[in-house]
Amino acid sequence: MPFLTSRSRERKKKDWQITHFPKHLTIVLVLSVVLLGACVLASLIFGARLVTQDQLIAGLFHSNIDSYGATVVRERIPRTVFSLCCGAALGVSGALMQAVTRNPIADPSILGVNTGASLFVVSGIAFLNISTAGQYIWLAIAGAMITAVFVYGIGSMGRDGATPLKLVLAGAATSAALSSLVSAIMIPRTNVMDQFRFWQVGSVGAGNWSAITTFLPFLIIGLVVAVLSASALNALALGDEVATGQGVRTGILRLIAAFAGVILCGATTALAGPIGFIGLLSAHLIRLVLGPDLRFIIPMSAVAGAIILTISDVSGRLIGSPGELEAGVVTAFIGAPLLILLAVRMKVRSI
Amino acid sequence: MTNQTIDIIIAGRRQRRRRWFIVNSLLLLLSFILCSTMLLLGSTFYTVSEVVRALSGETLEGVSFAVNTIRLPRMLAGLFAGFAFGIAGNTFQTMLRNPLANPDILGITAGSSVAALFCILILQTSDTTASIASVIAGLVTVALIYLLSRGSSFSVGRLILVGIGIQAMLSAVISYLLMEGAQEDLPSALQWISGSLNGSQIDDMLPLMLTVLICTPMVIVLGKHLSILELGEQSAFSLGLNTDKTRILLIVSSVSMLALATSVTGPISFVAFLAGPIAKRLVGTGYSNVVPAGLVGVNLVLGADLIGQFAFDARFPAGIVTGLLGAPFLLYLLIRMNRRGSLS
Repeated sequence: MPFLTSRSRERKKKDWQITHFPKHLTIVLVLSVVLLGACVLASLIFGARLVTQDQLIAGLFHSNIDSYGATVVRERIPRTVFSLCCGAALGVSGALMQAVTRNPIADPSILGVNTGASLFVVSGIAFLNISTAGQYIWLAIAGAMITAVFVYGIGSMGRDGATPLKLVLAGAATSAALSSLVSAIMIPRTNVMDQFRFWQVGSVGAGNWSAITTFLPFLIIGLVVAVLSASALNALALGDEVATGQGVRTGILRLIAAFAGVILCGATTALAGPIGFIGLLSAHLIRLVLGPDLRFIIPMSAVAGAIILTISDVSGRLIGSPGELEAGVVTAFIGAPLLILLAVRMKVRSI
Repeated sequence: MTNQTIDIIIAGRRQRRRRWFIVNSLLLLLSFILCSTMLLLGSTFYTVSEVVRALSGETLEGVSFAVNTIRLPRMLAGLFAGFAFGIAGNTFQTMLRNPLANPDILGITAGSSVAALFCILILQTSDTTASIASVIAGLVTVALIYLLSRGSSFSVGRLILVGIGIQAMLSAVISYLLMEGAQEDLPSALQWISGSLNGSQIDDMLPLMLTVLICTPMVIVLGKHLSILELGEQSAFSLGLNTDKTRILLIVSSVSMLALATSVTGPISFVAFLAGPIAKRLVGTGYSNVVPAGLVGVNLVLGADLIGQFAFDARFPAGIVTGLLGAPFLLYLLIRMNRRGSLS
C-alpha cells in the first residue's frame, strides 16, 4: 500500500504538524454535494413506479395534493433519508476500523461484526420476544461488540500480531459460523423468504421515520466521537511508539474509536440488516482522492458511504424491477472486487 | 542402517497400514449404517424386509413410492455428493498445503452454483447442459483465482483472500439469480444457499454418479503424486514428478466432481472443508488420504441430513447442520494455525 511506505509517512508527519488542506478538497466537496443531490433525486424518482416531475414536486412541496404519484414520493422520502443515515454510519465505521486495526482490509462486514449484530437481534426475536427497534439496537450493539473482540482476539494470536490476512480470515470464518447460526434460528420461525433474507443480506427498504429517530442518536454519538478522535488516530497511523511519543494514549484511543465504529455498524445492522463493503469502498475511495489524513477521511467517508448506499439501493430497485434486489447484494457485488484488488496488490510479506 | 532400525521402520509401516485399513473399514461400515438408516427412517417406518422387497422391484402399496422415489434418491444424492465433496476438498487442501484453501472458501463451489442456477432458472436448459456449464464455471473460477493471485510471487494467503472476495461477489450473483428466477420459496432458495438433499431425483444424478465413478480412480492413482506434491514444489520436481500435468489433471477431475455434486445438492456448506482434515486426523500421515476423505464426506452429509430431518422439531436441510458443525471447527483450526504462526 503506497500510504504505508516510509516516504508518505514522512509526509504525513508534516501534515500532522501544520494543517494543510488536501489538493482536491474543494472539487471533492462540490462533487459530493452534486452526487448527494443526484442520488437523493434518483431515490425519489425511480422504483417499481416511475414518478413524473409534477408528481415529484407535488409530493415534496404541496402536502395538500393527494395524487397517487405524490404519495409514492412521500413514501420514498423516509427510505432515502434512512439509506443516507445507514450509509454514513457504515462508511465511518469502516474508516474507524481500518484506522484502529491499521489494516487496509477492514470493514464491519469483512470482520464479521455485522453478522454478529444480526445474530443477536435474531436470537432476541426468537428467544426473548423483543420487537421494538430500540431493543434491537441495544442487542445488535452488544453482538457487534462481542464479535469484534472475538475476531480481533483470534486475528491477533500468534507471533506477528494482527496481520491483515489473519484478521480477514478470522472475520470470514466467524461470519460464516454466525451466519449458519442465524439460518438455523430463522428457518423454523419463518415462512416468508423476505424475512429470512433480511437478516442474511441487508436492505434499507424497511426505513421509516420512527426507525430514523431511533437511529439518529447513535449516528450522532458515533460521528462526533469519530471526528474528535481523528487527529489522534492520525498519530496512531505512524505506529504505536510514535503515537505514544506524541502524547496519545493508544490503548484508550483504540478502545474509544473501536467503540464508536461498533456502535455505528451495530445500530445500522439492527435496523437495516447486515449490509457489507460500504466502509471498505468509501474509506478507500476517499483516501485515494484526499490522501491519508483521517481528519478528512472520516467525515468524507460518511458522505461517500451515504452516496454509495443510496445509489446501491436505487440500482437494486431498478435491477430487480418489478420486485427489488436488496441493497446489501448490490454493495457486495461492487465491493468485493475492491477486496480482490487490495489482496492482489498487497505485498506478500505483509500477508 | 542397522537391522534394528530397519525393523523399527518396517514395524511402523505395518502399523500405519493396519491403521489405514481399520479406519477405512470403520468409515465404510458407518456409511453403510447411515445409508440403511436413510432408507428405513421416514415419516412412516417400514420393516427391513419391506424395504428390501421394494428395492428389488416388487410393488408394495406405499412402500415402493416412499422408498424408491423419495428415500433412495435422497440417500444416493448424499452418498455421491458427499464422496465428491470430500475428495475434491481434500485434493485442494493437500495441493495448496493449507486446510483453509478449500473449494468452499475459494469460491469454486459458488462458481459452479452460479452457472447451474443460471442454466436452470434463466435459460431453462436441460440438466445435462447445466451440469456441463457448472463444471466449466468451476474450472474458470479456479483459473481466475490462480491468475489473480499469481502476482510477483505466489502465496496461499493471497490466494485465500482473493477467493474470499470472489466468493462474496458470486454469492451476490446467486442472490440476484434466485430473485430473478422468482424462487421466493424458502426450501429451493435454501438449497442454493447452503445445500440440501431435498427433492433429489434419480435422473438428475446420473452425470454425478458417472463422474464420481470415473474420476475417483484417477484421483486415487494421482494421489500418490499428491503426497509427493505435498512435500513442496521443488522436492516434487526433483523427485521426477511432472508437477504441472499432475496438478491440472487433479484440478480437472476434482472440480468436475465438485461441480456436478453442487448441481445436484447445492453447495453443502463446509463438507469439502471438513472432510480432509478429519480424515487426516483419523489416518495419520504417510498414507493416502483420498478414500478416507471421501468416506468422511459421505458420513458427514448423510449424518447431517438424518440429524436435520429427525433430531429437531423443525426440519433443517443438511447444509445448515454441516454449517453448524463446520463453523466452530473452522474457528478452532484458525486459532491453532495462528498460534503456530503457520499462516504468516
